[in-house]
Amino acid sequence: MATNISFLLNGDKISYEIKDHWTLLHLLREEMGLIGTKEGCGNGECGACTVIVDKLAINSCLYLAIDADEKIIETIEGLASTDGTLHPLQQSFVDNGGIQCGFCSPGMIMSSKALLDENPKAGHEEIKHALAGNICRCTGYVQILDSVEAARDKGGQNE
Amino acid sequence: MKPFKYLSPTTVEKAISYYGEHSETAKFIAGGTDVIVKVKEGWMEPDYLISLKKIEEMGELHKNEATGELSIGALVTHATLEKSLMIQNEYPIIYDAVSNIGSLQVRNVGTIGGNLINAVPSADGAIPLIALDGVALLHGPSGERSAQVKDLFIAPYKTILKSGEILKKITIPTQAPNTGSAYIKFGRRAAMELPLIGIGVLLTLEDDMETCSKARICLGVAAPTPMRAFDAEKLLIGKKINKEILIEAGNIAADESKVRNSIRGKAWHRKEMIRVHVKRMGLKCLEIIKNNS
Repeated sequence: MATNISFLLNGDKISYEIKDHWTLLHLLREEMGLIGTKEGCGNGECGACTVIVDKLAINSCLYLAIDADEKIIETIEGLASTDGTLHPLQQSFVDNGGIQCGFCSPGMIMSSKALLDENPKAGHEEIKHALAGNICRCTGYVQILDSVEAARDKGGQNE
Repeated sequence: MKPFKYLSPTTVEKAISYYGEHSETAKFIAGGTDVIVKVKEGWMEPDYLISLKKIEEMGELHKNEATGELSIGALVTHATLEKSLMIQNEYPIIYDAVSNIGSLQVRNVGTIGGNLINAVPSADGAIPLIALDGVALLHGPSGERSAQVKDLFIAPYKTILKSGEILKKITIPTQAPNTGSAYIKFGRRAAMELPLIGIGVLLTLEDDMETCSKARICLGVAAPTPMRAFDAEKLLIGKKINKEILIEAGNIAADESKVRNSIRGKAWHRKEMIRVHVKRMGLKCLEIIKNNS
């Protein structure tokens, strides 16, 4: 029950032989070693495993790897530049105290990226609506929302 | 997760024939936001998952402008409905319901068909489709048949679908002019939470813009399956709609409901919330009708 899939991962063309029952999260973390994407609840409740598939934020713990065939996948590893410069959203989370323990941060940032890519002028309520599926157990939600708003206000540019 | 073989048919016929080959060892899967959880938890142990994702016709959302009929493919995701301007403007009750299902990550993948077939008593997706007199088109080994969405549900987690049958699409008949509709998911928080109670109201007014010619009052989590409050609806027909009569309709709907105590809330609380929100949703319908006229 192995199947070959091909997909674009953070801009790189990937072909991989996968098992039909693997989730995309399993493929990324356990097989490919991309451990930036976190597993929280494993049931689609917490959003820690959020990645972007064809521009949409999804829970990779509930998304079968086989469905990633021919899709464009973005994970937290693809955000910073190769020279180490952080993505404006990442920098904003650092600058605004949007990171406490850090476990929810990759999911928070990927949900925020999907939103701002689609709607660069998203308002406070839209940001809250888009992040409602990402849980932060340090409960630093205000700083997280501030981080996204600050990144939005800079229009995708670092200072 | 227990291994399975994943099959990706591109037609409904092929999906049904795969089911014929593997019968009870196979399960259909659409978005997978419920099925994958069930397989992970071991509540479901399929040897084969028959994915419906590649069946293009099941993913179409289309309004026939000539007839006014709306067709929602079973694979249309909650997010697609939520983002559709046509849904937002013409079917606000659908928008109200789908925009708070799960989280955005779930809505981007989860489908309206899956939400119906899961048949949880709280199915947010079912209430608006019942209020809009939606019709479900089913396709199985012995061909096609249709059923009112309100008749799909037999018991919690149980629908009228027979073994090997697929929900293909839901059609919404043409809406009369002067129609307004609204839904509220009432609970502690909207996201990632099942409602304490779900209330959907649809009202159509006659040309005088006062007299009610059609009323639908639909309740989720008020009985083992989504229900219509027929007595409350009857009260409104032929009457001038105002706050007082909507309060009365809310009281009748609360009495008709078969609410119970559960982990999320007490029966008395649910009844009180039916009273309040039937009135509020009714008033919202009036506002929508007024704004559209």
